[in-house]
Amino acid sequence: MSAAVEVRDLRRSFGRVRAVDGATWSAESGCVTAVLGPNGAGKTTMIEILEGLGRADAGSARVLGVDPWGASADHRARVGVMLQDGGLPTRSRPVALLRHLASLYAVPSRVEELVRILDLEPAAGTMVRRLSGGQRQRLALAAALLGRPDVAFLDEPTAGLDPHARLDVWDLVRGEADRGAAVVVTTHSFEEAERLADRVVIVAAGRVVASGPLTEVAAGTSLEERYFSLTRRQAAG
Amino acid sequence: MTHETGVSSSSDTGHGGPAAPSLARVRAQTGHELRTLLGNGEQLLVALILPTMALLGLALAHSPSLGAGRRIDVVTPGVLTLAVISTAFTGQAIATGFDRRYGVLRLLGVTPLGRSGLLVSRVVAVLVVEALQVVVLGGLGLALGWAPRVAGLPVALAAGVLGTATFVSLALLLAGTLRAEGVLAVANLLWVLMLGLGVVLPTDQLPRALGTVARLTPGGALGDVLRAALQHATLDGPGVGILCAWLLLGAAGALRWFRWSE
Repeated sequence: MSAAVEVRDLRRSFGRVRAVDGATWSAESGCVTAVLGPNGAGKTTMIEILEGLGRADAGSARVLGVDPWGASADHRARVGVMLQDGGLPTRSRPVALLRHLASLYAVPSRVEELVRILDLEPAAGTMVRRLSGGQRQRLALAAALLGRPDVAFLDEPTAGLDPHARLDVWDLVRGEADRGAAVVVTTHSFEEAERLADRVVIVAAGRVVASGPLTEVAAGTSLEERYFSLTRRQAAG
Repeated sequence: MTHETGVSSSSDTGHGGPAAPSLARVRAQTGHELRTLLGNGEQLLVALILPTMALLGLALAHSPSLGAGRRIDVVTPGVLTLAVISTAFTGQAIATGFDRRYGVLRLLGVTPLGRSGLLVSRVVAVLVVEALQVVVLGGLGLALGWAPRVAGLPVALAAGVLGTATFVSLALLLAGTLRAEGVLAVANLLWVLMLGLGVVLPTDQLPRALGTVARLTPGGALGDVLRAALQHATLDGPGVGILCAWLLLGAAGALRWFRWSE
């Protein structure tokens, strides 16, 4: 069976800057894959290409076997996306917004379920622009999971959340993988990667410097130690 | 245990399905756009309240001179032009500029709605708001004695659609290239400038040099085309040509330079 997300020798430059420089990795269904890397390593560019928001210069990106650039509405319905900047309309109210977004999918609504799990009920009637950072974060996550995606790209899903909310989000994300979704989480948190991920991809300077099951990548040390040794060496080289 | 959230035990099969049908998606998004537009005080101000004040003010006053014909017959098409500019240009430019800033365009672009669905929904929402404006402002004009030439109505309707397409394309060009604050400033400035450049006052009533400039702006051209159609039941061919040129310019520029994120 082919991987749900498959990146092969992907390249993308902006002017002279090689944001992604021959990256190869994959993510499987039923697994949480954590993508780690320093700022500017090319994670966001790579994920944007997989989300259909950007185009590669060379190499291939496949999500559920499809090139995401210009993919169909049915493909987009199977892929959930949580953006770094949220992308939430500032004048909307959370529950109304989720109901609206849910109406774009053919599957039955799971708005109530997500509102309950992510504790969005207290914020139901507040305009998005008046929500706290954590509430916005949880709303963006709910929006990404509305369509019961087969693949979910979650950009720092717990950044800025309090410890209880982090646990709730980790449970939710784990649950998504357990029902069979391929979940790709970009994060700067080693704790998040260690608690959540089945597989880890470490990116530095546009390339993948390590990928595989968490224990394999950690190679007997902690993920943090391994990360610094890999990304420092890469930065120095 | 970490799996007590009920995610896995929900009643569904656990798998993603297809998107809702395209018509349903566009209908849902159009409804969402309309609720946002009509729930926005500033938008209502430029879409309805300011044009209403312009209509009442110019129809009931005796100056400035509006040229030949009854004042209300000159004023109403001009105010309808102003309404089109408010909704299709100013409102769209500002909304799209800020949606771009906050990543809303990117988010909706990755949902089943997609970029094309978003664009279609926005245009439909603009047309619905314009229809509402025509009912309110046209109704007020009729109450004040406006007598549009029935024979000119089809041309006026077509010109309204052409003008809408032109202004939406110019709004997207602006919103897709400048920063949100820049869009806000420029869109409002152009609204005020166009107000004085042949939108509510016929271009032939302006000082000559200014009238020529006004005639070449999309607002002045649409104003003249609507006045010719509704006041005299004639087709202002050059005016239509000027609008088409702006449409081509706006659409080509937006296709070339529009960026989905800042």
